Amino acid sequence: MNKTVKIVLLVLLAAFLLALPYLAEYAGGRAFTSLATRALIYGIAAASLNLALGYGGMISFGHAAFFGIGGYVVGILAYHHGTGEAFLGFIPGSNQLLVTIPVAILVSGIFAAIIGALSLRTSGVQFIMITLAFAQMVFFLFVSLETYGGDDGLIIRRTNEFFGLNLRDRTTMYYLCLGMAALVLFAIWRIVRSRFGFALVGIRQSERRMAAIGLDTYRYKLVGFIISGIGAGIAGALMANFLRFASPDMLAWTKSGELMIMVILGGVGTLFGPFIGAAVFIFLESVLASWTPNWQFPLGIILLFVVLFTHGGVQGLIERLGGKRE
Amino acid sequence: MTLFLEQLLNGLQLGVMLFLMAAGLTLIFGIMGVINLAHGSIYMVGAYVGSWVFLETGSYFLGIPAAIAAAAATGVLIEFFVIRRLYERDHLDQVLATFALILLFNQGVSMVFGLQPLFVATPELLSGSVELLPGLIYPVYRIAIIVSGLAVAVGLYGLINHTRLGMLVRAGSTNREMVRALGVPIGLLYTLVFGLGALLAGFAGFMAGPILAVQVGMGEQILITTFVVVVIGGVGSIRGAFFASLLVGVVDTMLRSYLPGFFREIMVGPEADTLAAGLSSMGIYLLMAIVLLIRPKGLFAASH
Repeated sequence: MNKTVKIVLLVLLAAFLLALPYLAEYAGGRAFTSLATRALIYGIAAASLNLALGYGGMISFGHAAFFGIGGYVVGILAYHHGTGEAFLGFIPGSNQLLVTIPVAILVSGIFAAIIGALSLRTSGVQFIMITLAFAQMVFFLFVSLETYGGDDGLIIRRTNEFFGLNLRDRTTMYYLCLGMAALVLFAIWRIVRSRFGFALVGIRQSERRMAAIGLDTYRYKLVGFIISGIGAGIAGALMANFLRFASPDMLAWTKSGELMIMVILGGVGTLFGPFIGAAVFIFLESVLASWTPNWQFPLGIILLFVVLFTHGGVQGLIERLGGKRE
Repeated sequence: MTLFLEQLLNGLQLGVMLFLMAAGLTLIFGIMGVINLAHGSIYMVGAYVGSWVFLETGSYFLGIPAAIAAAAATGVLIEFFVIRRLYERDHLDQVLATFALILLFNQGVSMVFGLQPLFVATPELLSGSVELLPGLIYPVYRIAIIVSGLAVAVGLYGLINHTRLGMLVRAGSTNREMVRALGVPIGLLYTLVFGLGALLAGFAGFMAGPILAVQVGMGEQILITTFVVVVIGGVGSIRGAFFASLLVGVVDTMLRSYLPGFFREIMVGPEADTLAAGLSSMGIYLLMAIVLLIRPKGLFAASH
């Protein structure tokens, strides 16, 4: 595809996304805006997972941990803001988005550093399983914290404040998520095209070769994993703001599976793929759920078909739209 | 002391159940190189079909062959239609395809059997308790599970170490390509191993019926624990799966029974109980992480 067509398509897409809340209102389907917001948030998480999974070849089955941690950071800070007590006695709560998002980045980054540093000592199926194990530990940790809702989750009574905007308003929230998604996409685009990004792809293709030319592959993979975890944490923080709720459901292992499905649906190791995969998954889920209460059945069949017969989903299409795989 | 022994037996009972699951999973991974998340679904199918037959006919011992046959048939069908296409794919495709199977089976089972869990009584012959030691009274049914689990372990040991099929299985988990190159009908071997694994999972599911509720989602609960077992034991190793099963079963049971008491000593209020419950659920994952950090391939990794 030549460059002009690409740019025209991108501009059209951007215009469509910017106009979406108004189009939705005009068409009488305001719920569509919420659906699109969810798709954007999951898109951020899936795109971040894709950095580890698609570019770095690290099949993490535990990204729900970072997603949930991001959500709980917002929830716990809001809880302490509400009660006025400080977290652990010295960290005051906050309801400023400009505080909660950086804290979510910091905390999910720390967790990703610890989990990544330990998990990356293994590889192959052991890596998949140890990331799952760590995610399960985080899951049970939050289930056991009665102060923060335990099993039932933590309701966030007031959404975060951000420059006087009303984040309860669905349209405002949509634009916030759209902006964040654009930022994350831009960051990933820069990373993938940097020296670091090329090294990461090189390690996926052949770790021995990269080690032989003198790269400390462990460090590269760890940094990639941490960035990936941070992205999922940002998505979780947005999701907690959107739902006004942080729950163990965000940490469940099925959530990790869903994020992987989104990546696969859209195309592994592509720039736009995960966003498209997330959108397809969210819309598919809601359309099927409106048809039949047994929506998981057709969803399972579609997924099975995509994995078995299409070799990476809508990927062919995506590759022509966005960045190439290698 | 009696409490400790009782919990030890409970741990053993959980351990042999895990072994029935883990034996199949580790063979499937070791020989075919496939991560099969749908193993828990097969367990669920065995539990549902066996319990349904038991409830309809009133005979527990008719339920056993029904559960085993249904599970084995499901396994062979899954192998034929899905897994067979995944042998040459990477782990990511395997995880996703079998994740899709979980969605299919969970929804399919709830469509056929309804959303209400099936509650199965302990069969009359195996009900009641016996006094194993003075003061140590233990349910017969759980003893029966332990005994049959250990019997299966002994049977598998014989099968793997003293038959021609077992020889091929061992060879397959050591070097798949070589076995294929020597002209062994590898497709048939794969189907047999998959069917055997499914059969054991179905048996485990049916035996779990009277202890746990037979419900949708039961497969995933045990599946993740089984993966912990397989990884701790070293993928592809039946011996590793056996010892890791018992280890995980005992550790999990002990933590669940002793942590709440410990936390009630140092904390007050209901928070102690939830905290203890959560932390004891984390125990086996912590165990797995520690094992992998010390031995990245597991305790009894088959040499490659």
